[in-house]
Amino acid sequence: MRQYSALYDTIKYLKKNKGAMLGLLLIVAFILIAIFAPYIAPSSPIEQNLKNNLKPGIWANNPTNILGTDEFGRDLLSRILYGARISLSVGFIAVFIGMLLGGSAGIIAGFFGGKIDEIIMRIVDIMFSLPSILLAIVIVAILGRGLDKAMIAIGITYAPQIARIIRAETLVVKNAEYVEGAKAIGSSSMRTILVHILPNVMSPIIVYATLSTGSAILDAAALGFLGLGAQPPTPEWGAMLADSFHSITGGYWWVETFPGIAIAMTVLGFNLFGDGLRDSLDPKLRI
Amino acid sequence: MKNYILKRILNLFFVLFLVSIIIFLLLRLAPGDPAKVIAGEHASQEIIEEIRIRLGLDKPLITQYFIWFKQILRGNLGTSIQSRDSIMKELLLRFPNTFELSVFAMIFAGIIGFPAGIISAVRRYSFLDYVSMFIALIGVSMPVFWLGIMLLMVFGVKLDLLPIGGRLSVYIPLKPITHFYLIDSLITLNGRAFFDTLKHLILPSIALGTIPMAFLARITRSSMLDVLHQDYIRTAKSKGLRQSIVIRKHALKNAMIPILTTAGTTFALLMGGAILTETVFSWPGIGTYVVQAVYARDYPVVQGSVLFIAFLIAITNLTVDILYAYLDPRIHYQ
Repeated sequence: MRQYSALYDTIKYLKKNKGAMLGLLLIVAFILIAIFAPYIAPSSPIEQNLKNNLKPGIWANNPTNILGTDEFGRDLLSRILYGARISLSVGFIAVFIGMLLGGSAGIIAGFFGGKIDEIIMRIVDIMFSLPSILLAIVIVAILGRGLDKAMIAIGITYAPQIARIIRAETLVVKNAEYVEGAKAIGSSSMRTILVHILPNVMSPIIVYATLSTGSAILDAAALGFLGLGAQPPTPEWGAMLADSFHSITGGYWWVETFPGIAIAMTVLGFNLFGDGLRDSLDPKLRI
Repeated sequence: MKNYILKRILNLFFVLFLVSIIIFLLLRLAPGDPAKVIAGEHASQEIIEEIRIRLGLDKPLITQYFIWFKQILRGNLGTSIQSRDSIMKELLLRFPNTFELSVFAMIFAGIIGFPAGIISAVRRYSFLDYVSMFIALIGVSMPVFWLGIMLLMVFGVKLDLLPIGGRLSVYIPLKPITHFYLIDSLITLNGRAFFDTLKHLILPSIALGTIPMAFLARITRSSMLDVLHQDYIRTAKSKGLRQSIVIRKHALKNAMIPILTTAGTTFALLMGGAILTETVFSWPGIGTYVVQAVYARDYPVVQGSVLFIAFLIAITNLTVDILYAYLDPRIHYQ
């Protein structure tokens, strides 16, 4: 019952928060674009048409390519729409990997304590001493380039923060009476963790996951831009910026402008919604 | 205090020691035999074997690590597989470039983010607050490298006001002394080089400074809001002090402490951003060095640079912590 009312409160508060609603709108819009990309994209994101390269868009009376074309004559709008699929899935999968790794490390550290705790938290400290993008670059250097590897690399860089949050929550929940009770009736460590602790440490992670999805998308775009993430001809937004970077001196501004706007809008959506969610879950911040 | 500083320095070396172990192990996990990479594709088995022995790759992992670690303690990070140059030398040569860029980015972040945060806190829920917080939010949502590209396109290409990359125009001679170009041009009284260096610094500094600016504005705002609700602020106001004095003397000083603690995080953000900004502006700094090494699978360079960056960040955190202890008399360290 209490949980229901907390959830109700949160939703009520979120509904009043205009920023959070705008964020949610952006997220939903990009998810819909990602799902329906094949139906709404005017043409193929990969098929080249060299005769039609670097054409300006609708502002120069070009109704077939609304946002213009890139240096291989591919329709920029179609590539951006398909790109939503890649960026969103990278964001979600990377954060999921981070939650899986960081979450299990955090719960184990918090639940068992002692030496295990110390070792895990030391590793977390070390990972914190490096900028996340550098860490991701090092991991990509080891695993090799590619979108799948970039997802793993980004996921690993988010694990330490998640481990810290989950560990702190676990330390609190561990001493609750219902956990003591479960232990007293002979519940195994595994069962205690999965049934009694995990569900009760999830709520701070939801906020962090939302905010991280935004930055995971940014990091994936950064790796793509450095040529370490998605490889051509994949229509990944960061890689698109890298592919046509050399053509900016020619004044073909659209190829470098629109993919960036797509990234910024998606990330803004997650940040707005994440900020709102954090404020609504933390009554102290409701000032 | 002395003990505290000593303890922190020891801790710093301990963390770096652990970082070195992890970096070493991680890069040993990487696929591909470094001896094969050096020998080239068509080398015979004997040559590969010879290189392996020369590099010590035939020895057990622990021995390899300690050989490497001993080198590090002597300030030797090894040599690049690609160029055969000393990695330490290259890093020290590039460090001034990255440092100069970071300082300018920080100045940019400070002169905009700091006042924006204060004004937003003092005039909370005003139009100005909403505007600056929205800009800050966009600042953290934008890819740094994209902002760099946009700046390049507008000010470098379209308006042709500023250079589109590099550190100094090739036709301007500058005698390197400290390798900090601004300092070198001042020492040698080279006005042309000085202004040219400044021109090259503007766009990358704005690109690199934007995320720290947004971050600083948000931290300053929330920290100021916390302080403005304290009793001593109410007291100061009720005894009739002017608002500007209350803010400057009572609120700001206390709000500075939490802001300062984020300086380490901000610096880490800068170093991360530098990797991307330097790539966009073909800036010959540490960031481009790492990225090129990753492309070339030049693992010693990756190892060395990562350790170097970890060292820089650790030093920054240490300095901040010590400053913090001086600034806040409430904090005592055992």
